[in-house]
Amino acid sequence: MAPAPSTYSVITLNVNGEKYTLPVDHRTTLLDALREHLDLTGSKKGCDQGQCGACTVLLDGRRAVSCLQLAVAAEGRAITTIEGVADGERLHPVQQAFLDLDGYQCGYCTPGQICSALGVIEEHAAGWPSAVTADVRPEAGTPSLSAEEIRERMSGNLCRCGAYVSIVQAVAQAAEAHTAQSHTPETHTPETHTTRTGTAEDRSAEAKEATA
Amino acid sequence: MTTTTTGTSTVNGSVGTAHTRVEGRDKVTGAARYAAEIPFDELAHGWLVVSTIARGRIRSLETAPVLEMTGVLTVLHHHNAPRVDSDYVGMLGTPDPTAAVFQHDRVPHMGWPVALVVAETPEQAREAAEALVVRYEEEPHDVAFSGERPDAYAAEGHMPAVTEKGDLDSELAASAVVVDAEYTTPEEHHSPMEPHAATARWDGGRLEVLDSNQGTTWVQGELAKMFSLDPDSVRVRSEHVGGGFGSKGLRAHQVAAVMAATALQRPVRVVLTRRQMFSLTGYRSPTTQRIRLGADADGRLRALEHRSLSLTSTVHEFVEPSAGVARVMYDADAHHTANRLVRLDVPTPTWMRAPGEAPGSFALEAALDELAEKCGIDPIELRARNKPERGPVSGLPFSTHNLLACFQEGARRFGWADRDPRPGLRRNGRWLLGTGTAAASFGAGAMPSTAVVTAEADGTFTVRIAAADIGTGARTALTLVAADALEVTPDRVHVRIGDSDFGPAMIAGGSMGTRSWAWAVTAAAAELRERLTLGTGIPPEGITVRSDTSAAIGALAQKERHSFGAQFAEVAVDVTTGEVRVRRMLGIFAAGRIVNPLTARSQFVGGMTWGISMALHEEAVRDQASGGHYGADLAGYHVAAHADVPHIEADWVDDPDPDDPVGIKGIGEVGIVGAAAAIANAVWHATGVRHRHLPIRPDRVLPAGAAAEGERDA
Repeated sequence: MAPAPSTYSVITLNVNGEKYTLPVDHRTTLLDALREHLDLTGSKKGCDQGQCGACTVLLDGRRAVSCLQLAVAAEGRAITTIEGVADGERLHPVQQAFLDLDGYQCGYCTPGQICSALGVIEEHAAGWPSAVTADVRPEAGTPSLSAEEIRERMSGNLCRCGAYVSIVQAVAQAAEAHTAQSHTPETHTPETHTTRTGTAEDRSAEAKEATA
Repeated sequence: MTTTTTGTSTVNGSVGTAHTRVEGRDKVTGAARYAAEIPFDELAHGWLVVSTIARGRIRSLETAPVLEMTGVLTVLHHHNAPRVDSDYVGMLGTPDPTAAVFQHDRVPHMGWPVALVVAETPEQAREAAEALVVRYEEEPHDVAFSGERPDAYAAEGHMPAVTEKGDLDSELAASAVVVDAEYTTPEEHHSPMEPHAATARWDGGRLEVLDSNQGTTWVQGELAKMFSLDPDSVRVRSEHVGGGFGSKGLRAHQVAAVMAATALQRPVRVVLTRRQMFSLTGYRSPTTQRIRLGADADGRLRALEHRSLSLTSTVHEFVEPSAGVARVMYDADAHHTANRLVRLDVPTPTWMRAPGEAPGSFALEAALDELAEKCGIDPIELRARNKPERGPVSGLPFSTHNLLACFQEGARRFGWADRDPRPGLRRNGRWLLGTGTAAASFGAGAMPSTAVVTAEADGTFTVRIAAADIGTGARTALTLVAADALEVTPDRVHVRIGDSDFGPAMIAGGSMGTRSWAWAVTAAAAELRERLTLGTGIPPEGITVRSDTSAAIGALAQKERHSFGAQFAEVAVDVTTGEVRVRRMLGIFAAGRIVNPLTARSQFVGGMTWGISMALHEEAVRDQASGGHYGADLAGYHVAAHADVPHIEADWVDDPDPDDPVGIKGIGEVGIVGAAAAIANAVWHATGVRHRHLPIRPDRVLPAGAAAEGERDA
């Protein structure tokens, strides 16, 4: 009788620019490898079956739910988790916008939302359309990253506290800053002390969106 | 030794000014550690095995093959688990015996814990749990909930089951206008993003539990009683909590983790799976509510009846007190309310964001809208005409009653004056458009708490209180409250929460957390300031003052104490697909003094987002054949996602609580109240069809929407 096949492998994961060599059970998900083996607990486990987005990381720059990815299959890929988003002590503009605009409450979906937002901004900058993009012909160019586009593109990330309104504002602000950075020197002041939002113009813009 | 006192200048005014969360940086960088994220040497992993039948007995568990599997350390079940005591009264009443796991062979519902498999790794524990063969003696189960149950009975919960004044039938007969309708709401689940998780370990003769809960001293007290331990030998910590909404009290996972840690003398972590949460962490009962309103032609109520039926398990009584909202909102010459209950082979429901008020306000506020239509009166004017002078049932005065101020401000900002009340008139492409409004209320209470405030030798202050920040912003709010009470800037105040060693405190629940804790912090800080003004200097160990608000809160006069609010919604309904989209919402609240406008707005908007979710999406469907759920996960149970939620505005009117030292009332729950009714009322305004059953699903809109077309053409 042949010996039982090994259920463990030693793998090397490239996480946030660091290489980690670790033995993993073949059944170990990338999420569990991060959380249980590498002590990178920023990626959250909300459902463990790809439905909530709390475990979202970037794999080679693209969004992925790490609970549906086996660790052994992530070898050789560049993995970015929430722990790798800030530049040292300096928060990434997306993180800063979440902090300033209160784009969270309990914070458990937040790392996934932020990683997802990074993906959204890149996907949008690359000209990817979404399900709500009105004109998807290449000659139509990149759609504007409206609130409706952000909502559609972020819908894989659930937030039970109901912080969506602030999250959308935070993503829009960070995306605008991102665009401004590449085109004009204009900067945006974080609205740390905003207590009133939603002007009449906002509302009419919202209404147009909802019925577009 | 330094002689720093409170500083050179007094500062006041942190409360009421927007501040980002003090733990915000940790949350956006992933540094904040939640219950299942604290590593321990020798940590073992427990995985619950839950029943696959809805009623019966466990005949056998075939543990031997599982114990031989790689990495498996033990299997706990009703034959070998430690005996626990569930015959006690805890901080919030008798425990739900669901938490007292592995004590007997009876199975009272689908998904009941029958064993805990503990192994070296989560993968091994999960595999072994799935391999464990459990045999049952199955008995017929009954999970059929309907308004027709003959076995329903009047049930108290935390309020009287029945209130009656006046002759309902004669007042209805004498009414010019009558509304008589049945409303239903489905089973709804809290679904916090962070699954319930606990790590238990014995450390130097003390039991320590790292947990995700809404009150560390609450859970500490429950565990001490259940395991017959000296409360001082139990410590529960809960630093960051990924949402709770009422579901995070004592649950099976903490008890199972303590049992396993005791048996193995190793740290044991038990994390519920998302699917297990649907049967083990409580939920909101479905309700069937009948409302009868009788009014004079001018809309003044002569008769009001609100009867609500909810369900509970066979092992524990929990009442969803939906009829309670009528006892606060409207008076009538004949005023009858009743909360009734039926017992089924289902898990025990529990408090879920605005228990009673959330489903109750849907029925009552939708019925008021129907009455307004029948009377030909504006819905806001109808509510103004029926504003009670005193508590309709209690007869007590209101501490404050600023509902109409909310409606006035809301109407102005929403553009209500321009509204044509006639339904089914507005069209924009494929969308029928409508607007609706509804009132909100939630009780404003406080419960005794203790706090410890220390003036440190370095000029800073440390506040210790067993508060819980489940996303409410409590940690930040208490920082601001303490800063004002100490008359210093918030950066000199460090608030530590989530540790039962800090002493008894209210839970994060009932919209009472921040108010109760702020009271205790204010009291301790005031006394500390007095001590400091004596100018004796601060020794290296600091100067510490402890407060206990039991006497002050016990001395509060009996009054009707509530937050109020006015909800406005605009919807677009596509009657050819059945899709309902909320286009905008506005909520104006009178909810006490607002401590931190930034996070308070988030809470109101979060509650209103729950209202959208409740109105249009959430519904847990129980399979009558198996007794379990269809799709017990976040795909099968849809909570509002980004694409479902438009821009929502929330704001407030000045409404400080006159009897609270800080003026706080509590804001966690009022945001959901009335929100679903405002949306349902807007759907009527769009289509001309009343939707009395939540959620307003496409398959409900489709046939009804077609009828609206006919009506409008007629």
